[in-house]
Amino acid sequence: MTAKIAYADVEVGTELPAQSFSVTRATLVQYAGASGDFNPIHWNEKFAKEVGLPDVIAHGMFTMAEAIRVVTDWVGDPGAVVEYGVRFTRPVVVPNDDQGAVIEVGGKVAAKLDDGTVRVDLTATSGGQKVLGMSRAVVRLG
Amino acid sequence: MALDQSFVGRTYPPTEPYEVGREKIREFAEAVGDANPAYTDAEAAKALGHPDVIAPPTFVFAITFKAAGQVVQDPQLGLDYSRVVHGDQRFAYVRPVRAGDRLTVTSTIEAVKSLAGNDVLDIRGEVHDEAGEHVVTAWTKLVARAAGEA
Repeated sequence: MTAKIAYADVEVGTELPAQSFSVTRATLVQYAGASGDFNPIHWNEKFAKEVGLPDVIAHGMFTMAEAIRVVTDWVGDPGAVVEYGVRFTRPVVVPNDDQGAVIEVGGKVAAKLDDGTVRVDLTATSGGQKVLGMSRAVVRLG
Repeated sequence: MALDQSFVGRTYPPTEPYEVGREKIREFAEAVGDANPAYTDAEAAKALGHPDVIAPPTFVFAITFKAAGQVVQDPQLGLDYSRVVHGDQRFAYVRPVRAGDRLTVTSTIEAVKSLAGNDVLDIRGEVHDEAGEHVVTAWTKLVARAAGEA
């Protein structure tokens, strides 16, 4: 593991560069194929509405995959992630237009642990609403 | 209908090995728009100390969730899958998944609860490589919403 961020250089409260990730219907079709999750709530508006959703929603695992990029882009080596967990609090609704939805992700060092790792707390919102809760990663620094 | 508490602690047989392909990793990384070279360029991955290209952190979910299908579709458990949503997801990594890995998953039911009429199921998937070494553990919380609720 070769993280480009040194443990000694971060403090509790250090902010990671925030990022925005756009997601359209085409993104969801591509993610369905790559992940093997073909649940129609992620591509079929009629089906999604029949089961009580406002519209097609993004895969929770897609949002989870985007959120950790704030951490892996920061450290450089994705293999430095030792732990990662999220709670899916609210779906990311993806309208059928050219813009789709945007997921905004921020991260902050919440704790320096004894073994050269830090805990990063992540926030993820879409349309001003929190879409992930308890989103935390433990990452080994250089 | 509340799920049977006696399923807590039940472990299912390990899955057949899933071989992690280099192109499958690339396909996944492209689908999430992640251009980190560790996912696609073996030399870049080696420079970071990995023997081959590695997979993005959440890649392994496709494998553990398929394995969790044994639990979800267990007719004896009787979970109504049409009402299931993904509640929580967590991973603890011993090392990153990488191309060439042949991974098996052993799924265990950690908890079965009924909360406000919803069935809540916690499944742990232990992922091992061909040498029997532990690679990653995945915890998946599934919630089957109560019938009648949208």
